[in-house]
Amino acid sequence: MKTLLILGAGTGGTMMANKMAQKLDLSEWRIVVVDKDETHYYQPGFLFIPFGIYGPDDVRRSKRRYLPQGVEIIFSGIERIEPEASRVVLSKNSQILYYDQLIIATGTRIVPEETPGLKDAGWRQNVFDFYTFDGSVALSKFLRRWEGGRLVVNVAEMPIKCPVAPLEFLFLAHAFFVEHGLRDKVEITYATPLPGAFTKPRTAAVMGDMLKDRGIHLESEFMISEVDNTRQVVSSFDGRELNYDLFVTIPVHMGSTAIQASGMGDALHFVPTDRQTLQAKKWPNVWVIGDATDLPASKAGSVAHFEADILTENLLCAIDGLHPEAKFDGHANCFIESGFGKGFLIDFNYDTEPLPGKFPMPGVGPFDLLKESEANHWGKMMFRWVYWNMLLRGAELPLETQMSMVGKHN
Amino acid sequence: MSNKVIAGVAVAVNTEGFMTNPAEWTREIAVEVAKEEGIGELTENHWKVIDFCRSSAENGKSPTLRTITNGTGLTTKDLFALFPKGPAKKVARIAGLGKPEGCV
Ligand SMILES: Cc1cc2nc3c(=O)[nH]c(=O)nc-3n(C[C@H](O)[C@H](O)[C@H](O)COP(=O)(O)OP(=O)(O)OC[C@H]3O[C@@H](n4cnc5c(N)ncnc54)[C@H](O)[C@@H]3O)c2cc1C
Repeated sequence: MKTLLILGAGTGGTMMANKMAQKLDLSEWRIVVVDKDETHYYQPGFLFIPFGIYGPDDVRRSKRRYLPQGVEIIFSGIERIEPEASRVVLSKNSQILYYDQLIIATGTRIVPEETPGLKDAGWRQNVFDFYTFDGSVALSKFLRRWEGGRLVVNVAEMPIKCPVAPLEFLFLAHAFFVEHGLRDKVEITYATPLPGAFTKPRTAAVMGDMLKDRGIHLESEFMISEVDNTRQVVSSFDGRELNYDLFVTIPVHMGSTAIQASGMGDALHFVPTDRQTLQAKKWPNVWVIGDATDLPASKAGSVAHFEADILTENLLCAIDGLHPEAKFDGHANCFIESGFGKGFLIDFNYDTEPLPGKFPMPGVGPFDLLKESEANHWGKMMFRWVYWNMLLRGAELPLETQMSMVGKHN
Repeated sequence: MSNKVIAGVAVAVNTEGFMTNPAEWTREIAVEVAKEEGIGELTENHWKVIDFCRSSAENGKSPTLRTITNGTGLTTKDLFALFPKGPAKKVARIAGLGKPEGCV
């Protein structure tokens, strides 16, 4: 009996368990999944919780429910990987698991401790993140009672998960304050280390205008150095200071502690991965999917979804002793919620930045690209249903794995 | 894309003034570009950073600040003192490399 071991049962790990259970001969292969947490969170929903659009129960389900029969799940922390010996050490009873093939799907985590002062007295009092379940729920309680003041939203360092989420947060915050008759009492500043509102030039220009139209001040190339919650000030390394009453942080992101302890990652503990085949650069029987990779692609569920198709094909090839041939192109596809029931859609890959045009989707599309529309908002809302009912279970979606230029124009 | 003469050598640069062929770089070019960036003299620590970036560049792109601090033992604060305002971009220009790969 051979073992396929999957570390992490989040978006990527769950999809891979489902896909591989359909493809592998389970009389020859044992599929084992390890995760420390029994609850699966629909992370894109964390964005909506602070504004009362989703409640806690909209975004959590039992992990076990999404894993197929025949797949073993072990709930335990992962201590470290020993790739030279093809084995993994778990926290629970220091159990050792040997593997023939390993899929790393341990995602990324926020590390607020990296920014001096961030986790001091104000943490979850008037300083919040919305990238965790607890953070977004705490912020929703705060916002229900807030009477206004200076809101500063800051990205500490790139890369972050879902790089459009901070912008969506700003648009939704603006809409929330307008709807609650508070907008004239709130000053909103967006401080980002990027030179503009987003990483890709055309999207940055469109999003920059959106911020301006909403009276949101953009503080660009802002590299945060510390937070002083007694003075309610955040400072940057080049000497700028921003005053806040409410500070919303997107903290430094790093790979899993398991990657750190194994010394398999880069400076941020992301695993060096072949950008096309998704094989770990150093170990041929180790594969990486989703946020855990060091690829210059968005850390997004949609990316993990496209990667899952490529990874399934390549892993099956490798198991049969063939060379992995399927190539990932960096495809990402993100709805951007812009408030008041509208949204954007962007579609891009390693080489092509998001372009305007139409995005065809059989049955429901087309959606407008790089342009605000109501349909895009419904696309985003529908995505939660698709996520729970189709995506995690490894079902085919009407989306092409490779980015297509159909409908796009320059 | 155009050519520019720096320290007596014609090198290829892009519209933002970054060299596009790392092989054309010399230490004299670094001294000259540093002056353009307002850094009168390159100290030992400046060179430590520049040499680190040269040796760990991938596809001609300079590493991120995080990789530089990790690899040199200097802090982000040190980097801002050595290369005021935008150290990532400044080091890249001085070391004859492209801007760090845009994070997405
Ligand atoms: C606020 C927000 C909004 C987002 N919006 C969108 C969006 O609109 N569209 C989109 O496509 N994506 C969005 N995303 C991103 C998306 O949720 C992630 O990219 C996706 O979940 C990544 O999947 P993954 O499998 O790589 O990691 P995850 O789903 O995070 O799974 C990692 C798993 O590994 C486990 N794990 C890690 N380390 C250990 C360890 N040491 N021991 C045991 N278990 C461990 C964790 O418990 C977790 O279950 C958003 C994310 C956030 C936070």
